[in-house]
Amino acid sequence: MTPVLELDGVTKRYGEPPVWALRGVSFAVEPRELVAIVGPSGSGKSTLLHVLGTLERPSAGHVSITGVDVAELSDRELAGLRARSIGFVFQQFFLAEHSTIQDNVADGLLYAGVRAAARHELAREALARVGLADRLSARPPQLSGGERQRVAIARALVGRPAIMLADEPTGNLDSATGQQILALLDELHAEGATILVITHEHEIAERFRRQIAMRDGRIVSDG
Amino acid sequence: MASSARLAPSDLARMASVGLRTRRLRASLSALGIAIGVAAIVAVLGLSASSQAGLLAEIDRLGTNLLTVTNGQTLFGQTAELPKRAPGMIGRIGPVTEVEETGSTSANAYRSPLIPSLNTNAISVQAASLGLLKAVGCTVAQGRSLNAATARLPVAILGAAAAERLGIDRIYPGERIWVGGQWFYLAGILTPAALAPEIDSSVLVGFPAAEKYLGFDGHPTTVYVRTVTSQVAAVQSVLAATADPKAPNEVDVSQPSAALTARADAQSALNGLFLGLGAVSLLVGAVGVANIMLISVLERRSEIGLRRSLGATRGHIRIQFLAEAVLLALLGGAAGVAAGIVTTVVYASNRGWSVDVPAAAWAGGLGAALLIGAAAGLLPAIRAARLSPTEALRTV
Repeated sequence: MTPVLELDGVTKRYGEPPVWALRGVSFAVEPRELVAIVGPSGSGKSTLLHVLGTLERPSAGHVSITGVDVAELSDRELAGLRARSIGFVFQQFFLAEHSTIQDNVADGLLYAGVRAAARHELAREALARVGLADRLSARPPQLSGGERQRVAIARALVGRPAIMLADEPTGNLDSATGQQILALLDELHAEGATILVITHEHEIAERFRRQIAMRDGRIVSDG
Repeated sequence: MASSARLAPSDLARMASVGLRTRRLRASLSALGIAIGVAAIVAVLGLSASSQAGLLAEIDRLGTNLLTVTNGQTLFGQTAELPKRAPGMIGRIGPVTEVEETGSTSANAYRSPLIPSLNTNAISVQAASLGLLKAVGCTVAQGRSLNAATARLPVAILGAAAAERLGIDRIYPGERIWVGGQWFYLAGILTPAALAPEIDSSVLVGFPAAEKYLGFDGHPTTVYVRTVTSQVAAVQSVLAATADPKAPNEVDVSQPSAALTARADAQSALNGLFLGLGAVSLLVGAVGVANIMLISVLERRSEIGLRRSLGATRGHIRIQFLAEAVLLALLGGAAGVAAGIVTTVVYASNRGWSVDVPAAAWAGGLGAALLIGAAAGLLPAIRAARLSPTEALRTV
């Protein structure tokens, strides 16, 4: 089976003199896996997320997503890959406050070439999956933090991407709400989603069967 | 690998309007400059066209078939005399329908004998034939006109400007003015004669009265000729020779409506100034829109980052912000067109003109707004598109 995600000797350096954010990272994520990447701040987690999410290209090494080498794709094709194959969840939710949550979730398919009516239908289904079926016309300011993160997760999953990348998904939530979000990720995983969670909290990472620990741009443990 | 999809026009319109819907005060203030500029341009063009239409309608109402024959100058620079028989001879030209005449007297008119004789108020005293008013298209505003009886008596009627200069605004029985050294009773006051402004500043008396009381020699100085409308040019070409066969070069023939038409065309001279002011306002408006869009790009970095992570290309981001700037400018332009039309309608209907806003004015206003929006939005849109997605996401 083709790995959803495959990194081979990926390095990333910034600036001059160069700062090395990633120093030869290699791992693969199989379909239906639930993986945590854990490490202290400055360990290269965020850069890794950006490289995994094709928001940045690696300085060296190879990144393959659903078997496609990212280096061979143009910027426009990378955008298409993000639109169809990758779902992002951010610590700050990044919801449009003046739009209904159904519109917010439907916007997850805006650049994937799905017609408006279909987008809204899929958004309704995705919101049902995260338990917000009865709040379709609510706006983000009317929701609690946990509910907002559910909306963001629904937006990431609405196009059924090959992989969902979650960057500190519980970082802005109290621990009880954070547990609910993690439980939701477990459920979604059980339903077949491939999920990669980035966190600096070991307690959270320990819930996951596979944990990749990072330090100073290197993988220090994987398993 | 498939590229990111093109946006449907409806999605683009919805995205472009989000910034405006969520920040209404800011959007309306930044569109104000463009609105004012477009309003100025539309109103100037609309008012100019309406006033021209008003003048032309007035000319049409008065008729373009009036010709005037006046005494010119002799070869030696002296004032020539029209023959007494001129009106009669002109009347025999086929297409001529009306012939009326006035004759200048040397008398002056005063409110009373106590007024110093130097204060003539530039009022002339003219003998007038009885059908004159109908021929030049003016009527009696107050009182009554001269008739065959009063034309023989010391009775006068006043042109509109003459009445104003004498300080007379109403007619009462027994009212008199001092003309040529004796009292003349006032019969009436005329409305302004647009085609014959020389009548406005005149005191008119009958021909027999002028000869009897004012020493008038009976020579007409202006002959007013109405013709069949289709034959105006033909009549005009033979008028001089008919009026004075012995010295046709001493006769001036003119068509008063032609002068009015020329005035209607020339009226747009000041428009350039106001159009220039409108253009300056548009420029200021463009700077305002560019400024607000730049601020908007800075404020919405996280939205830009999010959209890039959802699969937006740089082109998607660019077109989104460009569309927002264009929409903002177009809304300003539409408000400006509306304000300009309202201004034109209010002013023109106050003046009694028919309203005429040329299509070029409002279409040009909207077109200018569109171009300005595109130009003003270009730099902010390029900036937004250049922002790297990771940099955009890092802010907060």
